[in-house]
Amino acid sequence: MRHIISILIENEAGALSRVSGLFSARAFNIESLTVAPTEDASLSRMTIVSTGSDDVIEQITKQLNKLIDVVKVVDLSEAAHIERELMLVKVRAAGKDREEMKRIADIFRGRIIDVTESTYVIELTGNGSKLDAFLEAIDRSLILETVRTGVSGIGRGDRILKV
Amino acid sequence: MQLTGAEIVIRCLQEEKVEYVFGYPGGSVLYIYDELFKQDKFKHVLVRHEQAAVHAADAYSRSSNKIGVCMVTSGPGVTNAVTGIATAYMDSVPMVIISGQVPTAYIGQDAFQECDTVGITRPCVKHNFLVKDVRDLAVTIKKAFYIAKTGRPGPVLVDIPKDITNQKCDFEYPKTLAMRSYNPVTKGHGGQIKKAVQMLLDAKRPMIYAGGGVILSDAADRLVKLARALGYPVTNTLMGLGGYPATDKQSLGMLGMHGTYEANMAMQNCDVLIAVGARFDDRVIGNPTHFGSVARKIIHIDIDPSSISKRVKVDVPIVGNLPEVLDELQKQLEVSSGVPDPKALAAWWKQIDEWRGKKSLKYKQGKEVIMPQYVIEKLYEVTGGDAFVTSDVGQHQMWAAQYYKFDKPRRWINSGGLGTMGVGLPYAMGVRFANPKATVACVTGEASIQMNIQELSTAKQFRIPVKIINLNNRYLGMVRQWQQMFHGNRYAESYVDALPDFVKLAESYGHVGMRIERPADVEPALREAFTKHKNDLVFMDFLTDQTANVYPMVAAGKGLSEMILAEEL
Repeated sequence: MRHIISILIENEAGALSRVSGLFSARAFNIESLTVAPTEDASLSRMTIVSTGSDDVIEQITKQLNKLIDVVKVVDLSEAAHIERELMLVKVRAAGKDREEMKRIADIFRGRIIDVTESTYVIELTGNGSKLDAFLEAIDRSLILETVRTGVSGIGRGDRILKV
Repeated sequence: MQLTGAEIVIRCLQEEKVEYVFGYPGGSVLYIYDELFKQDKFKHVLVRHEQAAVHAADAYSRSSNKIGVCMVTSGPGVTNAVTGIATAYMDSVPMVIISGQVPTAYIGQDAFQECDTVGITRPCVKHNFLVKDVRDLAVTIKKAFYIAKTGRPGPVLVDIPKDITNQKCDFEYPKTLAMRSYNPVTKGHGGQIKKAVQMLLDAKRPMIYAGGGVILSDAADRLVKLARALGYPVTNTLMGLGGYPATDKQSLGMLGMHGTYEANMAMQNCDVLIAVGARFDDRVIGNPTHFGSVARKIIHIDIDPSSISKRVKVDVPIVGNLPEVLDELQKQLEVSSGVPDPKALAAWWKQIDEWRGKKSLKYKQGKEVIMPQYVIEKLYEVTGGDAFVTSDVGQHQMWAAQYYKFDKPRRWINSGGLGTMGVGLPYAMGVRFANPKATVACVTGEASIQMNIQELSTAKQFRIPVKIINLNNRYLGMVRQWQQMFHGNRYAESYVDALPDFVKLAESYGHVGMRIERPADVEPALREAFTKHKNDLVFMDFLTDQTANVYPMVAAGKGLSEMILAEEL
């Protein structure tokens, strides 16, 4: 099953490699990994999307907790949560495609953030399947470049991950 | 007071009451060695290869529960040390490694003797640090010692760039530490312990399975107390030997791939299993599916939550420090009104005695060729069972584990997890530094011993009177055994050709050498070595049977009860 694991980790050099090294050394799967400092600059927050049986996910959380620099680990997907991903897509937008591209971006609540005579850069946020759906909806041959951040997640309501 | 980084390193080691540092100098640790030269609070043991420094520090720790410390230079100093670090990591041995690094400004420039030490060692240390500011040095070393010995112990490396060791700052060794990200659990969960007690009392065919955690946490006396109170059978893992007295009637000996028949059968057929500081390793339970095909309840006590339900699902997990958990368990047992079912227990012991009747460790010693098992049995007799025994890795390791009856913890020093050939001699040195009066035997083979044979020189310098028991069968014995059993007798590269004359080799280092070729000479030679040459290093080269195999054996992928016994061949 797919799990979203959130980690608070000391914001020190090599923190990311400790986590990614753990995943590769133990043959755990990483679908995506995002990391950035939190409002407390001494801490980084990581969101990892992984798939595996319950036993594997249990091992992943235990092994993450075992890392000396890891302060907290939460499996967000155990309860109500929100996940979002940001995608930037550069598309060809010339001639008849220009208007069509704008319309589809609007339908998906995307924003056009860069414009040239022949291209748009569209910014889109949502869960992974929404971003996939957008790419499905436009003409594949018009996609010049895509970049996705990977999933960020947060618990709903009173579920708070903080030191 | 302002001190240089190098002075700070020395002061920190002194504050930690370090007695010995095992190491090898080099360019980036020169300032540290200069300060080391000026003091006499701790001694430095100069090895002949960095790998041996780490092994010696590792055995120093294993045989005493003090923290082993080693020091190596950057680049090749560190890479040579990696095997030693990985060995200690796999067996959870607390250790601190100080490594030199190229100056801060050179890092990443492919400087002379530069390597990414923190990157290379990351997967085989409990934690590591790169010190980037001399003001962080003292607290980092404090953390290293604290992390190494608390929780599930392990090696911690501190990488110090050369310029840091020559910069000055105020020094004060921190008295306490607060780490928000590291708070190891010590006390077991009370409710779980209660559940475990009930489960143990309800058992019809109980079994105590004790691992290296018992030794590491100094919990052997508690384990004995608990086992005696319950009257249940006990088996030890390779790492746990000595955690329960091997000569006690409740001991079934070692279990696993080369465990006794009775230990493996009892492990497989018990209905309640309590795992104490053990991790259901692949060499211990064999095929996990086969092991899981029998219904049994499992209680698992371990300090490391990730060891629990990793390979085998358990019913009652208890995370905590063994001595504290076992004390609590004992207390709960005493206040509980229940007692073990005497009828069921008697029937279970009757069954176990039947299994014991197989005498799975028997072998035949003829008049012509020395059997390796016989050498170990005689070693046991001659040393009164009271020696510290280190071993290398292979057949001789298994025979030492099977035939030397360890009654005390920290007496059996071997590389169980990583299985590192070449540890035996440096281990023997480390043991002797931690236990200066002890009788130390290094059981090895002609292949393993050559992996760190240069340490005969260190042993000469420091007059380390260990006895090397070289079981010389002119083969990589364990490899040959597998090739015989599973690879159609094709002995690919397992013959050790062009062996040195070990007697002359030992003598050239100023030690005593002996060659023993006949069974009748085994005991007299051992007596001579351990009495007449008590204060010498004696290299005893025993020419043993070339094709002796280790039995019983659970082949890889097989179940515990599917043992190959010597008699079946």
